[in-house]
Amino acid sequence: MMDSADVVVVGGGPAGVAAALALRRAGVARVTLLEREASLGGATRHCSHSPFGMREFGRVYLGAAYGRRLDRAVRDAGVTVLTGHSVVSVGAGSTLTVAHPGGTDTLTCGRVVLATGAREMSRAARLLPGDRPVGVLTTGALQAFVAFQGLMPFRRPVIIGSELVSLSAILTCLTHGTRPVALLEPRDHALVRPPFTWFPRLVGVPFLTGAQVVDIIGTTRVEAVRVAHQGTETTLECDGLLLTGRFTPEAALIWQGGLQVDRGSGGPAVDQDGRCANPLHFAAGNLLRPVETGGWAFREGRAIGAAVARDLAQGPSDAEPVAVTHDAPIKLVVPNLIRRGSAGAPGFDRFQLRFDRRALGVLSLSLDGRRVWQRRGSWRPETRVLVPMPAGVAEAGHVHVGFAEDA
Amino acid sequence: MAQGSPADRRFDIAIIGGGVVGCAAARRFALAGARVVLIERGADILSGASKANSAILHTGFDAPPGSLELQLVQEGRAEYLSVHRDLGLSLVETGALVCAWTEAEAALLDGIAAQGRANGVEALRQLTGAAARSLVPGLAPHLQAAVEVMGEHVIDPWSAPLAYVTQAMAMGAVVLRNCDVTAGRFDGAWHLDTSQGPLAAGAVVNAAGLYGDVVDARLGLAPDFTIRPRKGQFVVLDKAAFAHVAKIILPVPSEITKGIVICPTAFGNVLIGPTAEEQDDRTRATVDTATLAMLVAHGARLVPALHDIPVTAVYAGLRPGTEVKHYRVTARPEQRAITLGGIRSTGLSAALGLARHALRLYEGFAAPLAPPNDVPPTRVPNLTETEPRDWQCAGHGDIVCHCELVTRREIEAALNSPLPPGDFGGLRRRTRAGMGRCQGFHCLATIAAMTAGRFETPLAVE
Repeated sequence: MMDSADVVVVGGGPAGVAAALALRRAGVARVTLLEREASLGGATRHCSHSPFGMREFGRVYLGAAYGRRLDRAVRDAGVTVLTGHSVVSVGAGSTLTVAHPGGTDTLTCGRVVLATGAREMSRAARLLPGDRPVGVLTTGALQAFVAFQGLMPFRRPVIIGSELVSLSAILTCLTHGTRPVALLEPRDHALVRPPFTWFPRLVGVPFLTGAQVVDIIGTTRVEAVRVAHQGTETTLECDGLLLTGRFTPEAALIWQGGLQVDRGSGGPAVDQDGRCANPLHFAAGNLLRPVETGGWAFREGRAIGAAVARDLAQGPSDAEPVAVTHDAPIKLVVPNLIRRGSAGAPGFDRFQLRFDRRALGVLSLSLDGRRVWQRRGSWRPETRVLVPMPAGVAEAGHVHVGFAEDA
Repeated sequence: MAQGSPADRRFDIAIIGGGVVGCAAARRFALAGARVVLIERGADILSGASKANSAILHTGFDAPPGSLELQLVQEGRAEYLSVHRDLGLSLVETGALVCAWTEAEAALLDGIAAQGRANGVEALRQLTGAAARSLVPGLAPHLQAAVEVMGEHVIDPWSAPLAYVTQAMAMGAVVLRNCDVTAGRFDGAWHLDTSQGPLAAGAVVNAAGLYGDVVDARLGLAPDFTIRPRKGQFVVLDKAAFAHVAKIILPVPSEITKGIVICPTAFGNVLIGPTAEEQDDRTRATVDTATLAMLVAHGARLVPALHDIPVTAVYAGLRPGTEVKHYRVTARPEQRAITLGGIRSTGLSAALGLARHALRLYEGFAAPLAPPNDVPPTRVPNLTETEPRDWQCAGHGDIVCHCELVTRREIEAALNSPLPPGDFGGLRRRTRAGMGRCQGFHCLATIAAMTAGRFETPLAVE
């Protein structure tokens, strides 16, 4: 049995590290941070050309350097950091089963903070058609090839997606001797806004919206993809297919522990303090909702870490959570639970929303049937939408995020 | 591997096809004392029909009464049950429910139970819908009735044939991969032309699956069947689904197909499939979005808790059907040739029985073999969730694939095994690396580095 802790934080990306730092700053004595990889940083380790750290550390770090900065900060703060430790299960109490190179252990603690991040949806989960050859992968895998192994999985990939990460993928390709054949977006519009939408064409990569992959062809390695676009099908010869974006929470521990999954976000249901349906469990960062920047995850982790420290002092909440309901085409609302009786500043000061599709109309927040906030706008998918959380929200019996689409 | 070029090798028996049937035959003939060569045209064993099945060890309760298939499924199952521990193979004793979802289907259950008993499967019983749902509470309330078949089990469909061929190799069998048999002549012995040069053998076993008819023709044997590939698509759901599907959920079969199964896997997932789609193409087994979505919806209709559980993997395989349902097993004593053809849907269960049957046919025309005195013990690593895994044991290096908890030590062991994987699919089947919910998002780069120079189709390019 490993030493018990007051709080165990699962995941050493920005959210987990920030939560551990906040817990220590609030005076929590024994904080253990578990990271399954060999080094801290989470997804930021892959991103060799994205700047991190300006707001939290006052200067810019790239990729692995940011992870090293997180590592130094968290060790300086007196957090017990265990890398190479993979949490296999989270029990109904706050008991974790942990695998590490020495075998397995059980770890008990007062509270668990889950900060396991997000990943891009796989080819299988997207139900993409065709053969299943080598050469179909996600940006995260591509960037791990490049950043950690100095390898390249293809030279002429077709890229799917038009989120910011898609542009990052193009950049990774171009800076490593790899020329994308085309960028395809299944929707009829790009998910990034101008000027980012101009980027693919500026670097000579054709960009098609409303383009569906209808076949992946290749017996051993990808040889071509068939694409339906504007009523015709064409074959694009290529040696790989790069799936970008469509992030999904890394919520295996939530699913397997029988914990409550929010069907909209794919992550755990959490209240305004980041507390899960089980009041001993908390969650922060991109596990909650795909997907935000490293800086956002850090600030969120910090706020939820502080809320966990208060919760430890107060004792576990026995308040029955109220579900936050929402209209279509709102895809998710975080937090998606509200609990009464939390003192102090909540872990979240705003509701975070995502839309399923582009929509024009009035977004509103109602507490017990009374509309307390509304705004008309044009709302886009995969884009952050924030709704202020009014002071009385914790006392409401019914919280609803409404949407009235223009006719 | 310390084996000479095929040209200077003479074998007692050449087995063409490294699927589950060929691997089992290699083991059986090696155990009998034959010098065996197993010839596989793919980059690895299990490259054809055997890589995609529903991983069930059948009792034969629904096999055609009196058929060779029934006999060999039961013989194969019995041998699996007696040898699996020694070979390191697991057995997940799930049992199955044949579920009737309509009154019309419920009316067929008497016949299904009677056929099962006639087939010698006594451990079965008829249940009301409520009783069946008390066994598997996740089943939808519109379940009418069911037949429980206790002896239907789930196994690891890739480690089993690997164990068979590994034992054969320990007794001297030679395995040639990336080796296509292009022609053969019989003049008292067989002379096979292969893409790796000629070789000679006293007898041949055609276990070429989807190419069974093609191989018979290349050997100059008048083919007595034509392969009609039948595609089956599957989806594999996240391990979160496992808790809801404690037993193999079978439909009431139709005349044409056994139908779509919802099945726990030995790896702790749930699979839904297969479809049954006739096609001419023997090489492409594509998945299509609409069918995969249909399978997901089908699962959630019969087991509502599966709704929204993420899809971990999708795959499709081609079953080597022929003009008729039954096995196409032929012995040609005058040409010392045995064809194990048309093994359409029960190959995993029947493989060890088919291997015994092939040896009996061989002994009908060939001089007796001298079995070796010693059978060296061989075991394959456990990959299933029901037995301890390597990640639970100290000293594994680190965990490379977090979704499936595959250790560096396991991957290195597979790469350095007697029959190392010939491609990434082979590594996945031997270790489960990359098979989990993230499908390589986290581990693919590490695996690419670990396998550099190992695969003909490498994960990283120049």
